[in-house]
Amino acid sequence: MSGIPHDHYEPKSGFEKWLDERLPIVGLAYGTLMIPTPKNLNWWWIWGIVLAFCLVMQIVTGIILVMHYTPHVDLAFASVEHIMRNVNGGHMIRYIHMNGASLFFLAVYIHIFRGLFYGSYKAPREITWIVGMIIYLLMMATGFMGYVLPWGQMSFWGATVITGLFGAIPFIGEPLQTFLLGGPAVDNATLNRFFSLHYLLPFVIAALVAVHIWAFHTTGNNNPTGVEVRRGSKEEAKKDTLPFWPYFVIKDLFALGLILVGFFAIVGFMPNYLGHPDNYIEANALATPAHIVPEWYFLPFYAILRAFTADVWVVQLVSFVTGGIIDAKFFGVLAMFGAIIVMALAPWLDTSSVRSGQYRPAFKWWYRLLLIDFVVLMWVGARDTNFPHDWISLIGSTYWFAYFLVILPLLGLFEKPSTPPATIEEDFNAHYPGAAE
Amino acid sequence: MIKQLTASAIVALGLATGAAQAAGAGGEVHDTAFSFEGPFGKYDKEQLRRGLKVYTEVCSACHGLRYVPLRTLSDKGGPEYTEDEVRAYAAENFTIYDPELDDDRARVPADFFPTVSGEGMGPDLSLMAKARAGFHGPAGTGINQLVKGMGGAEYIASFLTAFNGKEQEVAGQYLNGNDVFPGGWTSMPPQLEDGSVEYDDGHNNSAHHLAEDVAAFLMWTAEPKMMARKQAGFISVLMLVLLTSLLYLTNKKLWAPHKGKKFNA
Repeated sequence: MSGIPHDHYEPKSGFEKWLDERLPIVGLAYGTLMIPTPKNLNWWWIWGIVLAFCLVMQIVTGIILVMHYTPHVDLAFASVEHIMRNVNGGHMIRYIHMNGASLFFLAVYIHIFRGLFYGSYKAPREITWIVGMIIYLLMMATGFMGYVLPWGQMSFWGATVITGLFGAIPFIGEPLQTFLLGGPAVDNATLNRFFSLHYLLPFVIAALVAVHIWAFHTTGNNNPTGVEVRRGSKEEAKKDTLPFWPYFVIKDLFALGLILVGFFAIVGFMPNYLGHPDNYIEANALATPAHIVPEWYFLPFYAILRAFTADVWVVQLVSFVTGGIIDAKFFGVLAMFGAIIVMALAPWLDTSSVRSGQYRPAFKWWYRLLLIDFVVLMWVGARDTNFPHDWISLIGSTYWFAYFLVILPLLGLFEKPSTPPATIEEDFNAHYPGAAE
Repeated sequence: MIKQLTASAIVALGLATGAAQAAGAGGEVHDTAFSFEGPFGKYDKEQLRRGLKVYTEVCSACHGLRYVPLRTLSDKGGPEYTEDEVRAYAAENFTIYDPELDDDRARVPADFFPTVSGEGMGPDLSLMAKARAGFHGPAGTGINQLVKGMGGAEYIASFLTAFNGKEQEVAGQYLNGNDVFPGGWTSMPPQLEDGSVEYDDGHNNSAHHLAEDVAAFLMWTAEPKMMARKQAGFISVLMLVLLTSLLYLTNKKLWAPHKGKKFNA
């Protein structure tokens, strides 16, 4: 493997040599675990482990839940209550799975925003970034379909609203929606396919996580300075790095432990805080809830979806130019997916020669504004669409696109970045004066 | 910078408006100090028993508890009746159609509470305490829920004592004014009056107390494993604190030589 020079696995015993010639699996594990990692990684770099843990936790608890769950419109809701009341430890397993989704998304958002600040998406890590974005999209699909399975009111009506988005696509929308639902409306066929896909996608995610790790193990980790590890020789690289095991494994596990303390406090003491009470009412196609609100982790993009109403001039212009093919509803759908696509294109939209935001004085402010924007969109996504919420979501959505499409390209041309340290070692020693001796 | 300030001003404006809306819509659910609130809260066995009596004598006429097995009345962390008491309670109060006998028979602990449906009947109450939230604000952020809990039981207790005596007929249906119910009108008539249920333990049976007791009982029917859950939460948190402390020390010792620090432990 190319990349940072480091020690490789040498099979010693006869058996190890025998195995290594046939299947170099020990060498692969050794190389993965002992990868030289920039020693100046800060605490924002721990979320990858949290995410890996979440994936395993969700798969394990999910497999147990499936043993007791019944994917049928007449039985699903009751089977979840059966899990909550009659299955040994079932209430804990379900609450962990339910809140685990929230931890998963919290972690992925921090992980993404860490990448956005430290320029982790920039060359040569574009593939890592793109794969990450695909994982994030699959997570959203999985999370959404999982929320439908308990067959509560929000499950049903959320599914109706979200699958309705596909119906907004011109010409093929309605047949496509019917095809996805397995019928004219959300019903048993929908529940069954969502259940099937909800079980399948996590394993696709797991495979993509392996690709994600493979990609950044090829390029090496980014780090807070954005300065690359020196690769001239093993000795040089060793000054900038420490092996992943044990240094970063222990550090990450400590952080994971701390996060899990909070997580289990929520599961144990307030497991329904992040949920919606309406989902404890069985799905009823004849009674629409007063407010249909998605889970918190979808709210920013839900706000973008709703922001572009028919009275916005951009929407009117696009509608006029396309002869009404792109109406307000379809425009909203395009905006929602576009919001994620522009984020995925960040490696090519960011023109700055400096990777880390730490050394970009103007970028820092625009980035902080993006963070605030994200929180505001999340908040407004749960509100009604009356004034001033319509304006807030419109301004918030506009800034989201402006950040990626205008600010990132222009900043690189006009901004005067400060000078990053020459090496990672220098940065590390500046933090720990004792280390240089 | 200016844009940032503008954004925060907009946010502040939004928060203020949202709060005003929340205050205007629907009724005020008043906070009740239930024994089961907070990480240390437990169900009050006596209160659950009183609540069961209110349910049996009043609510059960129109509302079922279809997800609740009768046997759970003897479970730990619930009303904790003995198995004989549960058997007697089930036989005395509820019957069920038995296809083998082709007739009704008395319910046994292995049966569930009845499912009640049909004209003029109310919704099932098994999960009602989790299907309602008492507190949302401020501005829909849910921070009040962090402080006061989700408020499902508070909603029920408030609702039952919030009838204001107004009546109207809409499309042949009689509606009763209620200050808590969303929209202000419910088809359920007022049920609880001072002394309408006589408690075995001689506890105060004003309408207010009856409402609180039955609300507590319905919290139990919605979340029968709450005490087991909190216990699991405590054990998890304690073990994780221990594990995390050890990992903290391990991490510190591991990195000390590379950071040029001394580690003594």
